[in-house]
Amino acid sequence: MEHILLRHREIPDLHEMDIYKKNGGFAAFKDAVTKMKPSEVTDVVKNSGLRGRGGAGFPTGMKWAFIDNKNWPHYVVANADESEPGTFKDREIMEGNPFQFLEGLALASYAVGANVAYVYIRGEFWELASFLDEKIAEMEEAGYLGDKLFRTDYSLRIYTHLGAGAYICGEETALLESLEGKRGQPRVRPPFPPSYGLYGKPTVINNVETFTNVPMILAKGADWHKSIGTADSAGVKVFSLSGRVRKPGNYELPFGTTFRELIYTYGGGVQDSRAVKAIMPAGASSSLILVEGDKVLDTPMDYATVRTLGGDLGSASIIVIDDTVSMDWLVNKTVHFFKHESCGKCTPCREGTYWMSNITERIHSGHGTTGDVDLLLNVAKQMQGKCLCALGEFSTMAVVTGIERFPEDFEKAVSPVPLPPLLVREGESVEKA
Amino acid sequence: MSLEKKYPKEVKQILSKYPPEHKRSAVMPLLYLAQREEGYLTKAAMQDVAKIVDITETDVAALVGFYTLYHEKKEGKYRMQVCTDLPCALRGVEEFMESLCSNLGLKVGETTPDGFVTLEAVTCLAACDKAPMFQIQGPDGIKYHENMNVDRTLKLISVLRKSVRELE
Repeated sequence: MEHILLRHREIPDLHEMDIYKKNGGFAAFKDAVTKMKPSEVTDVVKNSGLRGRGGAGFPTGMKWAFIDNKNWPHYVVANADESEPGTFKDREIMEGNPFQFLEGLALASYAVGANVAYVYIRGEFWELASFLDEKIAEMEEAGYLGDKLFRTDYSLRIYTHLGAGAYICGEETALLESLEGKRGQPRVRPPFPPSYGLYGKPTVINNVETFTNVPMILAKGADWHKSIGTADSAGVKVFSLSGRVRKPGNYELPFGTTFRELIYTYGGGVQDSRAVKAIMPAGASSSLILVEGDKVLDTPMDYATVRTLGGDLGSASIIVIDDTVSMDWLVNKTVHFFKHESCGKCTPCREGTYWMSNITERIHSGHGTTGDVDLLLNVAKQMQGKCLCALGEFSTMAVVTGIERFPEDFEKAVSPVPLPPLLVREGESVEKA
Repeated sequence: MSLEKKYPKEVKQILSKYPPEHKRSAVMPLLYLAQREEGYLTKAAMQDVAKIVDITETDVAALVGFYTLYHEKKEGKYRMQVCTDLPCALRGVEEFMESLCSNLGLKVGETTPDGFVTLEAVTCLAACDKAPMFQIQGPDGIKYHENMNVDRTLKLISVLRKSVRELE
């Protein structure tokens, strides 16, 4: 099947304006602005079944329809703060097919009546941000951005805004705080951004990949999009495949492709022909899905089906873990990441990630006892459901599923001494795995 | 010299991206600009930025402390920031880092005696399929180096060192 998003793989130099135009570029945007009402654009996206590609999978058209039309101006923000360990798809999209992404952003802006859109891009993508600035300037020159587009009353400008190294800014309200020039700490929700977003104004935020889907949906129609993928998850997804596979990389495939096809047909199989021990389908934020027999590998990847395995598809950043990896080492890695990235706003996350990291470090360095594993699980479970945003919760996923689904890895890593009584408060017992 | 005097065009261009009543939004790009020459943010530079966007120095310092790409201390001219997160670790970055350290005679966080390179371990840089990889943060921005090995990394450092010496 020809690519829908990673079209630069078939079409050389697609990042050049004339090549993009020759391949149908900007026709959807021009048609929308000159022939369609904004609400009609939203309706097409709604009917297409497109779901947000940032991880949550929220229906995109529904999000756009939530925008508060009693409060103006409106803003649209592209979340290009790609920072989840295991995710590297938005970078390729923006480098290879920048105009399709920007056209999608422009279409979303028209649909919700925004005259200004921002691309919040992680600071590390410094060179990519200058590249996008060039592409935006080319669009202005060609009349696709600016005042009174296509001789209508609609005006639009797009600006890039560099982040500065904070994973938490991928959370939409932390991103907005950061864009307002503050520390990237999540807001209490509700209110949600479509009613209270950038500068307190109604704002739509979507992931880069989500926007990049939009021009083709407008060009080919909602039914075309719905015909790809599964009933639960329409369309294609860029799967970022990493870890112990022979050919890591981005693979654009329809939802419903099985783990086996991705890992073996496209990813070339596991390094050194080892067995797959576990899969993390949503990057470091994933539950660890235990792979035994054929069931997991033959599971089709869409949002609903992956959930039946005790995990989430999230941003579809598939990290493959082989049987040489011990989960005490892995959990130490993920917890270290979340401890570093916790914004510090909520006590359970700030303190919990700190103490989990102390314990995983102790276990991994060979100084842990069985009591430490109980304590680790106890801390993780106390954090769950107690944080404003998902980061706190995410930090516990690999910990809890690691201990529960791979207990032997932790048993091997610690010496069999129970938890010192001082660490258990009176009247409380340590939860058992 | 103040930032506005030194980079009048850049400051104006940055401010033009945001609504005039929300110029605080310009604080992050201005901090990058202020960091350009010294490689870190001096107190005077932070005061300067605070004045332009009309917030307190404390607010600016809070941002500098929060975001990892802003620095409060002088380190090497170039910061070599190696991604050590899980996907890179599954592709051998721990061995890469260890060997790089011993070849450079540095521990993570240390700087070469000539003040040229500081070696740092950082979190995910979104290049998990191209590990081992690192970025180099220097006066001219940030650049990625992917699918690296120790030999190529050492060569890169010596080429960079030579070209900087020639320029200076």
